[in-house]
Amino acid sequence: MERDTHFILGVYDDEDVLLHAVEQVRGSGVKIHEVYSPYPVHGLEHVLGYKRSKLPIAAFLFGMLGLTLALTMQFYMMKFDWPMIIGGKDYGAFPDFVPVSFEMTVLLSAFGMVGVFLITSNLKPWAQPRIFDLRSTDDKHIMAIDLANNSSLDLDKIKEILTESGATEVNKKSFE
Amino acid sequence: MAHHGEHHYNLDQRFDFTASIKKSILTVLVFGAILLGIGVVLAITGGNHEEGAEAGTHAFHWYERLYASIWVNNVFFTGIAIIGVFFFAIQFAAQAGWSAPILRVMLSLGSWLPIAGVLMLATFFVANHDLFHWTHSYLFDKNDPQYDKIIDGKGAFFFWPMDKGTFPVFYIARMVIFFGFWVFFFNKFKQISAQEDQLGGSSHWYKMRSWSAFFLIFFAVSSSISAWDWVMSIDTHWFSTLFGWYVFASWFVSGLSAITLIVLFLKGKGYLEMVNENHVHDLGKFVFGFSIFWTYLWFSQFLLIYYANIPEETVYFVERLESDIYGPFVFVNLGLNFFLPFLVLMTRDAKRHGVFLKLVCTFLLVGHWIDFTLMVQPGTLGHNGGIGFMELGMFLVYGSSAIFVVLGALAKRNLIAKNHPLLEESYNHHI
Repeated sequence: MERDTHFILGVYDDEDVLLHAVEQVRGSGVKIHEVYSPYPVHGLEHVLGYKRSKLPIAAFLFGMLGLTLALTMQFYMMKFDWPMIIGGKDYGAFPDFVPVSFEMTVLLSAFGMVGVFLITSNLKPWAQPRIFDLRSTDDKHIMAIDLANNSSLDLDKIKEILTESGATEVNKKSFE
Repeated sequence: MAHHGEHHYNLDQRFDFTASIKKSILTVLVFGAILLGIGVVLAITGGNHEEGAEAGTHAFHWYERLYASIWVNNVFFTGIAIIGVFFFAIQFAAQAGWSAPILRVMLSLGSWLPIAGVLMLATFFVANHDLFHWTHSYLFDKNDPQYDKIIDGKGAFFFWPMDKGTFPVFYIARMVIFFGFWVFFFNKFKQISAQEDQLGGSSHWYKMRSWSAFFLIFFAVSSSISAWDWVMSIDTHWFSTLFGWYVFASWFVSGLSAITLIVLFLKGKGYLEMVNENHVHDLGKFVFGFSIFWTYLWFSQFLLIYYANIPEETVYFVERLESDIYGPFVFVNLGLNFFLPFLVLMTRDAKRHGVFLKLVCTFLLVGHWIDFTLMVQPGTLGHNGGIGFMELGMFLVYGSSAIFVVLGALAKRNLIAKNHPLLEESYNHHI
């Protein structure tokens, strides 16, 4: 996948200003690439118009996989492969299998969720993170605007919109 | 939400307990009373076919079933009432802000407590031998052929400091002390809350938090012991170390369901306008989470007994699972109290929309009532139990009386603790 390289960055000092700015900038037709903030800003994903994560679906499916694997494994081992009588119960004594089935459900749904999250968030160990502005890990909120995504608007117009929305600085950033 | 706008809610709103609401509740009450009457008549006329009269075992009388039915509802509705007070106290101990507008709904459930206490005590005095095997004095008489060494060993828990088999002073004292303190704390909370309405400021909140902490300590002990006393002692030989928690979990889910239903009912009538889908979502999460907690305890109790396979322990489940009467209800119990809330309330949307919650909470109230029926009936009625007209009628009579008392108490004061310092936080609650 070709990654875009030219960005305009709006720098904001205050989260309340940022939240209004996001609405204002999106209202003027500019598409925002991403907003980087030093801490979670409540309501930011809402104003950015992000859809709810589909991660719960992944969690459910991996959970079902864990449950199926655990039940198959236990019934196969205890009833067919090496039948054993434990506590005077039948070979395939379902209540005995519940704790392991529960644990496997939780384990696989947790592993699956973390894995899917890492993949979809591009957090693989060898990924090269793109740092837009180091201050987004300290005290500034950075709004990144992808120029390739906003080709209908000219550069000065975007800069003007950002400044009007309360950005203390407007910078350009290009990646190799 | 992003914008912390000004909120203008009517905080002096009062619930109007209108004649039409009263009429519907009384209709249910009358309907329940009719069912109960039919059930009693059926029990009297068809009751003497039992073989119990032979060989010295005691004959079954129709009124035993009536007593057991009363006892189930005593325990069940006492639980819902005390959970209202408990959940209220939890909000202060946890310094929770989201729940500020629905605090009085929780507390109002406690208004059933004094009545529940009187009913419980009265039922015990009338029905003691018919409900509680350990009340028979011959069990403690070494010269009697029916002397029971195991129950004799447990006797002091009921009869101390009197002689075993006489008057259960310790047992009665616990019942009186528990209800006494619960009602005391309930009144204390009501009183502090009323002062806060008049005077405002945050000092009442701090006061409430301290009283809540004391109540929670008392409740931690009393809820467990009351479960042993009122439910577990029916099966006098048998014991389970997590029984207190198990009963508490059943109470908690029922209480949360009742709170959720009353909140949704009030919202449907146009009250509690600041309570939005975020607050409802939180209530839904409690109902969902504690349904699973109940299942966890139910299963933990079952699995250990099943696995260890010790006769004096397994008898509890043998009596239930292998019975034609109770066997099916064990699975109805698990279906209503675990699978239904687990599957229906799993998604976020289901917890945020009243339709699903109303459905699940109603079924949960019935489900946990069945749970208590399953705890009480096998030990008191044996194979003469079951859920018929009498049980359903009694449930409706108790339920409609309790809701009448609770809504009546709710209508007496402002619906919202208007000077609660965390109200603003709850307006902006967003999850």
